[in-house]
Amino acid sequence: MLEKALQGGPKYWLWMILLAAVIGAGSLCYYTQLIYGLGITGMSRDVTWGLYIAQFTFLVGVAASAVMVVLPYYLHNYKAFSKITILGEFIAISAVIMCLLFVIVDIGQPMRAVNMVLYPSPRSILFWDMVVLNGYLVLNVVISRVTMGAERKGVKPPAWIRPVIVLSIPWAVSIHTVTAFIYCGLGARPFWLTAILAPRFLASAFSAGPALLILLCLLMRRLTKFDAGDEPIQKLSIIVAYAMAANVFFVALELFTALYSASPEHIAPFQYMFLGLEGKHKLAPWVWTSQSMGILALVLLIVPRTRKNMRILALACIGLNIALWIDKGMAMVVTGFVPSPLGHVTEYTPTPPEIMIAIGIYAIGLFILTGLCRIALSLRGQLEA
Amino acid sequence: MSFNRRDFLKLTGLGAVSAVAARAAAAFPFFGGAPGAVKAETNAKTAKRWAMVVDLTKCKENCTDCIDACHTTHNVPDFGDDKRHEVKWIWKEPYKQSFPDQENEFLKDDLSERRVLVFCNHCQNPPCTRVCPTRATWKRPEDGIVMMDWHRCIGCRYCMAACPYGSRSFNWLDPRPHIKTITPDYPTRTRGVVEKCNFCDSRLAQGQMPACVEACKDRALIFGDLEAPDSPVRQILRERFSIRRKPELGTQPQVYYVV
Repeated sequence: MLEKALQGGPKYWLWMILLAAVIGAGSLCYYTQLIYGLGITGMSRDVTWGLYIAQFTFLVGVAASAVMVVLPYYLHNYKAFSKITILGEFIAISAVIMCLLFVIVDIGQPMRAVNMVLYPSPRSILFWDMVVLNGYLVLNVVISRVTMGAERKGVKPPAWIRPVIVLSIPWAVSIHTVTAFIYCGLGARPFWLTAILAPRFLASAFSAGPALLILLCLLMRRLTKFDAGDEPIQKLSIIVAYAMAANVFFVALELFTALYSASPEHIAPFQYMFLGLEGKHKLAPWVWTSQSMGILALVLLIVPRTRKNMRILALACIGLNIALWIDKGMAMVVTGFVPSPLGHVTEYTPTPPEIMIAIGIYAIGLFILTGLCRIALSLRGQLEA
Repeated sequence: MSFNRRDFLKLTGLGAVSAVAARAAAAFPFFGGAPGAVKAETNAKTAKRWAMVVDLTKCKENCTDCIDACHTTHNVPDFGDDKRHEVKWIWKEPYKQSFPDQENEFLKDDLSERRVLVFCNHCQNPPCTRVCPTRATWKRPEDGIVMMDWHRCIGCRYCMAACPYGSRSFNWLDPRPHIKTITPDYPTRTRGVVEKCNFCDSRLAQGQMPACVEACKDRALIFGDLEAPDSPVRQILRERFSIRRKPELGTQPQVYYVV
């Protein structure tokens, strides 16, 4: 079936070659990082995780969000999602692959990564994250391969795939819960030490992911003969609105607990995020951008008139993704390290090679997503418009 | 010379088989006994639970003898003004930063401006070993030292996120060019791994006291076994008032401070 990805017109090939060029540039930067060390990045003794782990966290959410189409379609037989469920699974596949790559580029000795398998450590949450992420990747590859294969032959998918699909639903929740546990189980980091982190991760994931799916559907409507139809897009936009409302509510809960209790170790990170500490406030403009864009997108999604306008909906989905990309990416990860356990305020700025490596990984994700969509569309005979 | 496909396959096959065999042979001692269970030398210093007491009343403000001794002994690189890439095993930190939970608006004059010696606490309940995904850091059961295997560490830095004391350093760059004089008795590290104080486990195995303790002329560092009632650490803890860093986290540091 993969050979279908090798058939396409000049526009398709131009896009793929462009992505390959970006991947090449990212790989060169990664090679430099391998030789020189992670000192090439902006990370430091105080801020030990940065851009890479931020992208990892955001993308785990995108991957988990496939469940928001899989669940209504398979468990509630919601037929309107029949055409887009496969797209949700493709987004999940490319997002998980990007997640794993972001972890690989973040570790100092990637050639020893297999030590995680040779010396399995069930006490480490990172071990469990490896298990659930790889398991989720396998589940989605198997499910999309089998259901698409059946569609090609014009037969019903085999009966055994249904329990696998049902299993993928709680599994999706597990990948983001375990990822939250990486952070919220550390007594050393008061900013992350909050039980709301996993629910917050899930809420933001279930709004960012379906919002991306809406954008993908609108893009494909323009570029190909594939039209998801207005009904599923509108249904998705309601899911995005509810999930985002829950996310904003969770953030407000967190702010109240920290600010009203007035406990210094809980206030300090928020102070750094929004206002800055000791005159250092590089993150603040990003956080304000994120918060205002998030609220604006939520309003546009809640008001029926704006939500039903496809142009405005597209803008709201873009704004929402930028907001959450900052919020649960850089803002969440970096603020955990500021102030440091010794009270030092060290700022973090990613360096150009670091950013290029991250862009390269996103290009790999897009490359895989484009190829997979190409296969699905060619099977359905819905290529160029 | 003719070299056809069959030969190529034969050769690669042979190569693969010998690689697997070598790997299996290398793994074999693993089944014989626990890795690292090397027989201790007869004069080795042993304890059930090693601990350190830092006597701040004796520690001199501007003295760095212990720091220099430690960093020379263990080939710790010096990155100068480059604080982002700094590697340190033992250093001085202002009192308020070392003991944030002892926050007092008004403090004894000699304490408020004081810089305190800090290093790995060798916690009895270490959060860093719990999070390590490869068991490259672990608490040694026989004497409580929190150990570090630089050959197994993958450099994920989860332990650094988990340590509430900032005691761990990562090799952001190749450390070797930044070591002033290399001490041949001790290994240097490679880039991409985490390191920290190990209570001089290799010196103890040779019957020597930790380098910092030996270097302190003022006897401000007292090292001994907490499980032995007559040990010097137990004696001083019985007589003097002591505090530990962030005890509320339940990590049970094995480093005590006499103030």
